[in-house]
Amino acid sequence: MSKRFMSIWFRHLKTDWFTRRQPALKTIPFVLAASDHGRLIVTAVNIPAQSEGIHTGITVADARALVPSLQVLDDQPELPGKLLQGIATYSIRYTPLIAVDPPDGLILDITGCAHLWKGEQIYLTTIANRFKYFGYDTRICIADTIGTAWAIARFAQDKTIVEHEQQTAALLPLPPGALRLEQETIERLEKLGLLTVSYFISMPRTALRRRFGKHILLRLDQALGHEPEAIIPVQPIEPYQERLPCLEPIATATGIEIALQRLLDALCKRLMQEEKGLRIALFKCYRVDGKIEQIDIGTNRPSHNAGHLFKLFENKINTIEPALGIELFTLDAQKVEALSPLQQKMWEQTGGLDNIHLAELLDRIAGKVGADCIHRYVPDEHYWPERSFKKAVSLNEPLQTTWKADRPRPIQLLSKPEPIQVTAPIPDYPPMSFRYKGVLHKIIKADGPERIEQEWWLQEGQHRDYYYVEDEAGQRYWLFRSGHYEAAYQWFIHGFFA
Amino acid sequence: MLTTKANIIARLQKDISPLQGYRSASKNSALDTGLGPIKYAFPNATFPIAAIHEFISTQTEDAAATKGFMSTILASLMRNNNASIWISNARNIFPPSLKGYDITPDKIIFIQLQKEKDILWVMEEALKCEGLAAVIAEIKELSFTDSRRLQLAVEKSQVTGFIIRNNPRSLNTTACVTRWKITALPAGLQENMPGVGFPHWNIELLKVRNGKPGNWHVACIAGQLKHTALPAVEVIPFEQKKKAG
Repeated sequence: MSKRFMSIWFRHLKTDWFTRRQPALKTIPFVLAASDHGRLIVTAVNIPAQSEGIHTGITVADARALVPSLQVLDDQPELPGKLLQGIATYSIRYTPLIAVDPPDGLILDITGCAHLWKGEQIYLTTIANRFKYFGYDTRICIADTIGTAWAIARFAQDKTIVEHEQQTAALLPLPPGALRLEQETIERLEKLGLLTVSYFISMPRTALRRRFGKHILLRLDQALGHEPEAIIPVQPIEPYQERLPCLEPIATATGIEIALQRLLDALCKRLMQEEKGLRIALFKCYRVDGKIEQIDIGTNRPSHNAGHLFKLFENKINTIEPALGIELFTLDAQKVEALSPLQQKMWEQTGGLDNIHLAELLDRIAGKVGADCIHRYVPDEHYWPERSFKKAVSLNEPLQTTWKADRPRPIQLLSKPEPIQVTAPIPDYPPMSFRYKGVLHKIIKADGPERIEQEWWLQEGQHRDYYYVEDEAGQRYWLFRSGHYEAAYQWFIHGFFA
Repeated sequence: MLTTKANIIARLQKDISPLQGYRSASKNSALDTGLGPIKYAFPNATFPIAAIHEFISTQTEDAAATKGFMSTILASLMRNNNASIWISNARNIFPPSLKGYDITPDKIIFIQLQKEKDILWVMEEALKCEGLAAVIAEIKELSFTDSRRLQLAVEKSQVTGFIIRNNPRSLNTTACVTRWKITALPAGLQENMPGVGFPHWNIELLKVRNGKPGNWHVACIAGQLKHTALPAVEVIPFEQKKKAG
């Protein structure tokens, strides 16, 4: 299939933008000016000013002489780049491959896109009308090559679509400037009387190269399609992306759900065929008014289960604001991992933490309440109780060490030891009684002490002498004394035994 | 005549049980929860899995005893390598201690949530998830409607649910199949023996659907329950106690 390109030329990009912001400027002649070598030079002219004979490059003083009521505004040199970038992002609804063509144009790779709008003429008119609605004066052309589209858009008054393989005929009457040549080469061509492309297109290539350099041949070949020309898209193409343009703008939650369902089905089908599963997905909604709404999800395990992924998105659909309506939905799988069907079978059988249902459940929980609520603990090689376990990074993180069960440990551990008052008769003996939260507990039985030293390479401080005690009601506690009897010490309660 | 009547009643009872959330014993006969004589309190003398069990405690110490008793049951449920989910509002379980009950602590997913509403949502979702051994939730209040929802969720997935209610405001009716209350008992070691001995619990089965509520004294030795003799004054059925109180 041959390629088709569209070139859009914004004839008054900067002034149109000023008019868009201040509609009053529409009928008033105004120019943008920037200082150059101490003079104010006109850098952009709007249509009323142009009709008065003002053009870019003259000084503001000269322009004022022509039109005394001329408004002069400050030029913003970085404006066109930003504007074009914004317009290109907006235009992704027409084709995924768009490049910025500085200083005042866009290039769209529309191969295989126009038929969605029932033909190139309608496609072109739709785009032109949309920009006209936004207040931009554009000239658009569709052709087989970027060079031809660019040339026709800027230099031919009447033509908008160059049929397949017709670029030579279309280029013949155009001036040499249409070939995107350097200013120097154009001047030299004009000086020699080669005023249109037809004058020199049939000249021997060696003669052209000798007189005007290699560049002219390259540009000629690019315009005629003998030499390929690549564009750098504004948005890199996601390898796993699905698009759903809508005929009518969608504004209801049900509509969005249907669109999402369709995109997910298509994407999952493709992922399944390639034995891949998705980890991160982004669902984007392009609104009629130019804004983009998006929601994203992540999964614990690669998945191509459309039903499950839909459930993850479902909680977030109500955050999308459709406003006047959404005209394009896209679904990008930003992170994809291998997922073999054999593994999936195994998971379903084995259960445990590899259970696929569990992974899907945790995805749902993470989507609803946040992933930071979900913990799994693995043992850590420390005797200090607070450090004897740590949070696992993932569901299937293997254990680095084993769980120790050689010493009695309380089933409930206070996250921070709480100070208590005790009556202890003899040093290094368990206390006789202690008071915790205002209740006095008389200790009947006790076991200990079990000394746990500070890990000096991690933390300075006093050691702990732990006692396992039982009060008269049979309730069991884990108490400790921090430090030696001689020095400053304090009793704490640290846990409850079952 | 009398025997036929008894037969009819037994048959009807058998028909009603599944409707109330019980599975027949044959399916789960392999599972031994190590409850010993306590299991005769349940219909078919089988601990009901795929059901919601409610544990009541009034203070932190009782909650610890409750979790200890529950862990002995959980250990048998998790023996087939399945994972569990434990939902609470803060981490108060000390994971290494579960190893003492023969539970692999890294097989439990802990979820910490502040709002009770979220806890119930997560519990319901988790109970619908096949392949889990059990779902444990620590919440204060449980309305009848919520408990009914949870019960309906487990009936499909065969997951066992445990709800630990610490210091609830009211002991309202719930759709849970059992209601337990575990309190600590003195170990009763002889006076001159050193150490603290094994934990002893007073296990009260306050409610059990289609079964007989009861009261048992057990010791927990290396994660196994061992029955001890009850003191002379005991086994006051729950209903009578309520009337007396």
